[in-house]
Amino acid sequence: MIVTEQKPDREVLEAVQKYRRVFIIGCGSCATASRTGGEEECRSWTEKLRENGKEPSGYSIPQETCHVLLMKSTIRQSAEASSSDAFLVLACGAGVQAVSAASDRPVVAGLNSMFLGTTERVGEFLKYCSLCGNCVLSRTAGICPVTRCPKGLLNGPCGGMVDGRCEVDRTAACVWVAIYDRLKARGDQGKLAQMNAPKPYVSARQRKVEPVNISRKSAGRNAR
Amino acid sequence: MTRLSEALAGKEFVITAELSPRKGTLVTNFIKTVHALQGKVHAINITDNQRAIMRMSSLAASYLVLREGMEPIYQITCRDRNRLAIQSDLIGASALGIKNVLALTGDHPSVGDSPEAKPVFDLDATTLLHTITRLNAGSDLDGHPLKGATDLFPGAALTPQTEPLEPVLLTMERKISAGARFFQTQPVFDMDAFRSFATLTGRFGTPVIVGILLLHSAQQAQDLNAGVPGIKIPDVMIRRLGEAADPRREGIDIAAELIRSARNIAQGVHIMTVGQEKDLPVLLERISG
Ligand code: SF4
Ligand code: SF4
Repeated sequence: MIVTEQKPDREVLEAVQKYRRVFIIGCGSCATASRTGGEEECRSWTEKLRENGKEPSGYSIPQETCHVLLMKSTIRQSAEASSSDAFLVLACGAGVQAVSAASDRPVVAGLNSMFLGTTERVGEFLKYCSLCGNCVLSRTAGICPVTRCPKGLLNGPCGGMVDGRCEVDRTAACVWVAIYDRLKARGDQGKLAQMNAPKPYVSARQRKVEPVNISRKSAGRNAR
Repeated sequence: MTRLSEALAGKEFVITAELSPRKGTLVTNFIKTVHALQGKVHAINITDNQRAIMRMSSLAASYLVLREGMEPIYQITCRDRNRLAIQSDLIGASALGIKNVLALTGDHPSVGDSPEAKPVFDLDATTLLHTITRLNAGSDLDGHPLKGATDLFPGAALTPQTEPLEPVLLTMERKISAGARFFQTQPVFDMDAFRSFATLTGRFGTPVIVGILLLHSAQQAQDLNAGVPGIKIPDVMIRRLGEAADPRREGIDIAAELIRSARNIAQGVHIMTVGQEKDLPVLLERISG
């Protein structure tokens, strides 16, 4: 789940300054679960825009805002959306860009996209993955150092670890000690004496996953 | 061969001291301190934006040390540079005649004076050591040949006073496999505790130079205990500094005692100060006698 947080009101209002009629697009998936782009937030932004002299023309909460074709039809089907000067999008960066790709009108991002969260309980998300494109979890006892170590170290712990705590946040456990504990429980801590090679950033260059990947996968499945 | 590597190979008791480059281009005092250390230490560690506080580059300051006829230990961290920048700096260092390198991960920018900086950490201490090993063998990290290999003598850092200890030892082992030829530790104040640590690291056979921090007042010691994680100055020492008529002298006494007891435990001492660099020569004078 993509975890998002509200941008400060002032930053959003500054970004919508030039526009009069603003249409709000929330998101029925992650941003609703994050409580940043659901019913309540769309209504609250409608109020805020009005208070600041804007003409909010309405809002919509598509099931998946990160879907370009869905955004195209959402905008086309709504007279209020089609006639607005700009969109205020309460969704993650992928959602904002789907709206931006679906329409040539300006978009304003209402949220900051934070990370791929693991849900601990309703409304509580743990920062466990940052979609690095080269998963190391099989080598690190199922605990992600790329995301959970503030330095993203593949070979830890660093010299800042003191009594199991992290240099950057003394109240937090060093994630490399957590990895060590896990490995040790399996008698596998010797792994720490082996170097993890520097991370390849090649996949960061990849711009698109082609639909052919999906069809190839399902073709393979059918063949079996 | 560097003086440091020769001394370590010859089982000499090695003395290194740490200097921080200045924040700015005025280097008069820095050079003065370098001169004051002449003949008293085997090599001078030059820190790399230590504690993530922006200063003159450690490469440039290491060269200043070299130009004055002293041997630098060029400290390089992974915080501010990616693998391209690190490799080109290492090649540059070797070409300038800077051979000793201390490979560090580096403190996170959030603890320093530019907390909004982007942390790089493309490499880490281990993969940096591995990189140096590659460059010394004549190729870069990606396997492309070099026109002229580097001639670097790589070392690494070690944290002896922490829990749990096993991951620290495993990290040490990993760093040795990646190419570490010596270790310099963070400050140690309890040589008895260090002695038992040294029995654990002895089996690796890689020389360990133990860190000594020169203290100058009880207040400073208390501040360090409270503010710098990993520093554990015992109460007896703080009391001694507090009761002394001349706490600076007392600090020098304490450091000299620690150095004396380190003589048969470690392969040398690495002396650090917190802004008290002018006391370094006094301490070194004392221990040479
Ligand atoms: S290594 Fe970490 S950040 Fe990368 S994909 Fe795996 S969990 Fe995500
Ligand atoms: S203390 Fe542990 S979690 Fe924190 S930066 Fe160092 S290795 Fe990463």
